[in-house]
Amino acid sequence: MTLPPYATLLGVTPEFDEHGAPVLLLPFGDHVVGRPGFLHGGAIAGLLELAALAALRHALAAEGAGEDGGEVGIKPVTFTTDFQRGGRDKDTRAAGAVTRLGTRVANVEAVAWQDDRTRPVASARMNCLLQRHRPG
Amino acid sequence: MQPFDPARFAKRLTWGHGGRLGIAYHAHGPDWVELALPFSPDQVGDPARGTLASGPIVTLIDMATSLAIWTRRGAFLPHATLDLRVDHLRAAAPGRTVIGRGTCTRLTPSVAFVRGEAHDGDPADPVAHVAGTFMLMDAA
Repeated sequence: MTLPPYATLLGVTPEFDEHGAPVLLLPFGDHVVGRPGFLHGGAIAGLLELAALAALRHALAAEGAGEDGGEVGIKPVTFTTDFQRGGRDKDTRAAGAVTRLGTRVANVEAVAWQDDRTRPVASARMNCLLQRHRPG
Repeated sequence: MQPFDPARFAKRLTWGHGGRLGIAYHAHGPDWVELALPFSPDQVGDPARGTLASGPIVTLIDMATSLAIWTRRGAFLPHATLDLRVDHLRAAAPGRTVIGRGTCTRLTPSVAFVRGEAHDGDPADPVAHVAGTFMLMDAA
């Protein structure tokens, strides 16, 4: 799976769950600190967006849109983050789930957690326009 | 004690995630603060289009709206972002510095309501609109 330059800036690396779906790992570091000892909300939002996009690319690839779904252009239109608890100085993981994959629009959710996946630090919703190349 | 000075405060924000992104003070008023996000190729989220990821924009506006709340309240008091929605109106032009303005539009005893706009040179042609809320942690 190819991640964009911003993922390298954050230090995000891909993992995969038992079904082969992408899970992104963000190790803690000085470059993602907000208030001392806590992750910056913007870094959490950035991780959630990368996870949402990875889930969408994974779903598009499963549809036959090429490796990483690269045959479809994705334009995020709205991105909403809900912050549930402070992100502490430890590993954070995030995974996305496509709630609807249409012809022109995709709705994607993402959740970020630390020790316990059922206790998220933040979640997000992303609505995207899809640019599919017309056949012929 | 002197009232909160966003210019002085923001000039020390060279550490942490904002510092890594190069976010710097730009301007402020009684209930708003503008910060600048210089373009950097390592913040690109869509290499095919050369456009910024949402994360740097969220970071920029989260910081600008935070500073706007402290500026309006006149003091550096604890708060936490509850939610933040970004509307991507258009892609920022690759290479351009993005200016983010955060405004605190309303304060209640426990919640601050904020709005933000980001542009890449012309405030009349923004790249993003933002709406968000913060929980005021000093509230009873």
